[in-house]
Amino acid sequence: MTNLWIDLLCLLLMLANFRMLGVSRLGACVRTAAHQGMLLCLLPVLVAHDFTLGLVPVVLLGLIVRGILMPRLLWRAVLKAGVRRELVPEVGFLFSLLAGVVLLGLCFLIAQPLQADQATARTLALPVALFTIMTGFYLIIMRRTAAMQALGYLVMENGIFAFGAVFAVHEPALIEMGVLLDVLLAVFIMTIMIHHIGREFDHLDTDSMSVLKD
Amino acid sequence: MRLLPAFLHVLLALALAPLLPGVINRTKAWFGGRHGRPLFQLYYDLAKLARKSAVYSRTTTWVFRAGPVIAFASSALTVLLLPFAGQTAPAGFPGDFLLLIYLFALGRFFTMAAALDTGSAFEGMGASREATFSALAEPAFFLGLAALAFHARSISLGLIYERMSWSTSTVAPLMLVAAAFFVILLIENSRIPFDDPETHLELTMIHEVMVLDRSGPDFLLIQYGAALKLWVMAALFTGILAPAPFASYGENLALALGAQGLAAVLIGIVESTMARLRLARIPQMLTGSIILSLLSLLFLLRPFA
Repeated sequence: MTNLWIDLLCLLLMLANFRMLGVSRLGACVRTAAHQGMLLCLLPVLVAHDFTLGLVPVVLLGLIVRGILMPRLLWRAVLKAGVRRELVPEVGFLFSLLAGVVLLGLCFLIAQPLQADQATARTLALPVALFTIMTGFYLIIMRRTAAMQALGYLVMENGIFAFGAVFAVHEPALIEMGVLLDVLLAVFIMTIMIHHIGREFDHLDTDSMSVLKD
Repeated sequence: MRLLPAFLHVLLALALAPLLPGVINRTKAWFGGRHGRPLFQLYYDLAKLARKSAVYSRTTTWVFRAGPVIAFASSALTVLLLPFAGQTAPAGFPGDFLLLIYLFALGRFFTMAAALDTGSAFEGMGASREATFSALAEPAFFLGLAALAFHARSISLGLIYERMSWSTSTVAPLMLVAAAFFVILLIENSRIPFDDPETHLELTMIHEVMVLDRSGPDFLLIQYGAALKLWVMAALFTGILAPAPFASYGENLALALGAQGLAAVLIGIVESTMARLRLARIPQMLTGSIILSLLSLLFLLRPFA
């Protein structure tokens, strides 16, 4: 029965990834990442089978930082920079969606040898966790605006957390704390950067920065 | 022994299909706070149209006259291929889902050809849109049925729907296929997020614009054929969600008929709560349904599933 709930949760996480791959509006993407982060907090609870007190800080911290704090920071930076859409991505949104399907297929293949004797082996948890990490990478590489790349970082962190929740069933908090701290710092720095880029130029296109000369 | 229910289903489809648009319209009227037109309005309309005679423009050829006949015949034939309430169809055979899809395509082709035959600019526009969108809906339909066929390990529609079972490992893919089929159901039957069946503005119409020059029995065939198509598509959708769980045939039949009614209510709710999509957004939604079908196939192909 818990396997069923894990599968349904993973389905939602996966659809959130596809939404972020296929939507150009930054606001929608940030919101989706926030929802994904909030939903993700249920994963360790479902995987752990019995709810222990040790899970409470992980869930609460994850909910606040991943669902509220980081998306808020990012969204404020985006608002200040005044860029609402990813207009000219490296590759089109349609292609991104198809690439997402290919990536998901790859993740199924990668996950197969990894989960030989896990309790969650029959669920979608591991492939979807890997897919979330891949989606993050994809957004970082294939999108031009700095805000979208920062969002990719956030999504990647979501994926790492899901991966930790599936794999390190006994000590998810350990992995979680370390990664969360890193990413929070990174998002701080990135929002500041987005702010500065937005103030200096009237766009967030990082490609045109490589031709800058001093 | 199974022949009897199979033919009963055909009769039920022919008799009850015009009821579905009535249910949709009543749901929409309820959302709008109106009383709405009678539940059996489409029956009255069909009876009225049967008494009239058709008018043909002098510029049209035999293609224009053949269009509605072939469109209706292909819709009616799909009813013979449709498994219902866990029973196989009267004309089912291995690989029949390909025939089902191509019968829909045949009817659509002749509707478009007849629309082009009138030489009207608006009808040509509608035909072009219909061609574009159905070209995108078809792969989603194919992939969805392929996923279901893989799930049932069979290529005949009857067995595909007979072996539909919801277990922990198939919930995710079946839900994805059901979602994709619902989108296809809406686009194929020109319902609201994609096309507005009530509109009278030619610029935004897709399907309705192709039948502007129709009158009398021809229009009857088109309306009745559309209702049958809605019935078949709705049955393919509800067959996934309500796969005949009971032992007795009567209960299964009641469930299947109830599910058809609920599907019509669901379409009505979608129509009342959503606005029409911009034309440019429609291909995106259809691509989304292709992706959903593809994902479902991927889920089923993975080991352990």
